[in-house]
Amino acid sequence: MSEDNVIEATGLTKTYGRAKAVDDVSFTVGRGEIFGLLGPNGAGKTTTILMMLGLTDISGGEVRVLGFDPAREPLSVKRRVGYLPDTVGFYDQLTAADNLRYTARLIGFRAHEREKRIADALDRVGLDGFADKRVSTFSRGMRQRLGLAEILMKGAQIAILDEPTSGLDPHATAELLAIIRGFKSEGVSVLLSSHLLERVQSVCDRVALFSGGRIALMGSVADLGREVLGGGFVVDIEADGAGLADRLALIPGVSGVEKIGIGKLRLHADRDVRPEAAAEVVAMEGRLTYLGVQEPNLDAIYTRYFEAKREGDMQMKEGARHAA
Amino acid sequence: MRREGSAFQGLGVVMLKELSDHLTSIRMRVLEWLVVLVALAALYGAIQQIKETTAEDPFLFLRLFTTSRDPLPSFVSFVSFLVPLMAIGLGFDAVNGEYNRRTLSRILAQPIYRDALLFGKFLAGLVTLAISLITLWLLVIGLGLLLIGIPPGAEEIGRSFLFLLVTIIYAGVWLALALLFSIVFRSAATAALVTLGLWLFLMFIWPVLAGAVAQIVAPPDPRYVALGLPTPETTEMEQILARLSPSTLFAEVVVALLDPTTRSLGPIYLSQLQGAVLGAPLPLAESMLIAWPQTVSMIAAVIMLFVVGYVIFQRQEVRA
Repeated sequence: MSEDNVIEATGLTKTYGRAKAVDDVSFTVGRGEIFGLLGPNGAGKTTTILMMLGLTDISGGEVRVLGFDPAREPLSVKRRVGYLPDTVGFYDQLTAADNLRYTARLIGFRAHEREKRIADALDRVGLDGFADKRVSTFSRGMRQRLGLAEILMKGAQIAILDEPTSGLDPHATAELLAIIRGFKSEGVSVLLSSHLLERVQSVCDRVALFSGGRIALMGSVADLGREVLGGGFVVDIEADGAGLADRLALIPGVSGVEKIGIGKLRLHADRDVRPEAAAEVVAMEGRLTYLGVQEPNLDAIYTRYFEAKREGDMQMKEGARHAA
Repeated sequence: MRREGSAFQGLGVVMLKELSDHLTSIRMRVLEWLVVLVALAALYGAIQQIKETTAEDPFLFLRLFTTSRDPLPSFVSFVSFLVPLMAIGLGFDAVNGEYNRRTLSRILAQPIYRDALLFGKFLAGLVTLAISLITLWLLVIGLGLLLIGIPPGAEEIGRSFLFLLVTIIYAGVWLALALLFSIVFRSAATAALVTLGLWLFLMFIWPVLAGAVAQIVAPPDPRYVALGLPTPETTEMEQILARLSPSTLFAEVVVALLDPTTRSLGPIYLSQLQGAVLGAPLPLAESMLIAWPQTVSMIAAVIMLFVVGYVIFQRQEVRA
């Protein structure tokens, strides 16, 4: 295991009877990295996470978490890894602080250290005013934050978050993502799973796109964008001026101009052509109201990749039929 | 493959948390009041009856537990069907409650094994039951002293104390059963209904059914029937079957312990009675010997039910 990787999975497989929930999955998570396991529900993300925590048996392959084997040394792994399950639950009749106290006792912190850690953790997630409130009065977002407080209190080196943002309103999501970024700044590695691609895209350093128990694509969002969507840049422009489209098409590097609305044009180019496009509009004495380059978007990558794959599969079947 | 660390790490923490949950829960309050009120009623009936009828009895104090007065059953019979109710009330949602609150995976992600969680829950339930039963026992002894006015002898205290211990074991059987069903069924309501159903069956239906089944398995000998006597084989079979129910076992132990004149819990042959002084009380050690197999069976039932639950729990997926 290399020094820089906190999680190394090789050929990880989980079978239920004949069905393969996770099929030959390999990935690594570096120290201080935010790694996203993304994909639709039932793609095998949660199962992968449970195998890393030693909470479910591994059918094949192996995984090392901080150098420990979760199947043989689950306590060592669980002492160092914080886990926020999908829709985390707390004991409703207990207060927020009491819930954390129970966990702290299970971990084995001494009384003095316990109180300090709990106060610090609640403070960090913005729940310091709610320490003595019962969890039954908490909103969904507050529960998720309490779950993150538990990981902070534990002093975990790795935070594993299963669907941390599902069911949250945009404001709560933003708050949660800010806390997750805070993990990274402290050198805590984060592995998070989500089916909401665009929400977590902004925090992840690298992502693995799951599909049917396999990792379909892996890399940084920018890399995946280049790989799947083609190397091109898409520049949207809103301006008036007759014949603008023709002149823009002449800019070197522009491969196509598309009219997408009244006064709205979309340029496909092999580089960022925003300066030239702006210059053209100004030269025509047109009014430029919008100019922007599209960032590669995970949703687009995901959709495009699987469309391409489906077409490819169909062509293969066609080919097979012709051959027969 | 050896596991790292102790299986009991965190056991004390889980137990104390569960215990405090039990002792502060409304459910426990209700059960306690139910038991206390019912016991008082039974005790009152017993004392009235004793005051009216008893002339001289070397074990007057033990009569407190076993005497009944219409329409109320005796204290012992109340205990034998209320204790299971208490145990089931405490245990039916032990594990599936954690699933439904979605706390299970969060707790198991802490550095403890599942063993500690399950064993901690069982111990907490058992300690809760023990506390209630000891309180009840002290209450009965105290009231007995006040209302009858005769202090109990050492043997009577010994016998009633053993009765207390056996009652705690009996509660353990039902607690282990409730815990098992709380593991098997994900819905707490289903687990509660199934456990209560089984309780009703074992308590009231099985003793009757055991007789019928015995008639089929070991048909009565026509020669005995002609004489109007029960066939020994049939009677024995009936008893073996009836003893599958923990309530039967408990009732037998209680009879042996609280009624010192009990000489045997099975059918007695004439040859065994030779030289016996009928109605003479047995020493405590002899009574314990008679009750021993039943007591061991109950302890075995607790262990067996717990182990089955343990194995199922270890293999269960933690995701809700």
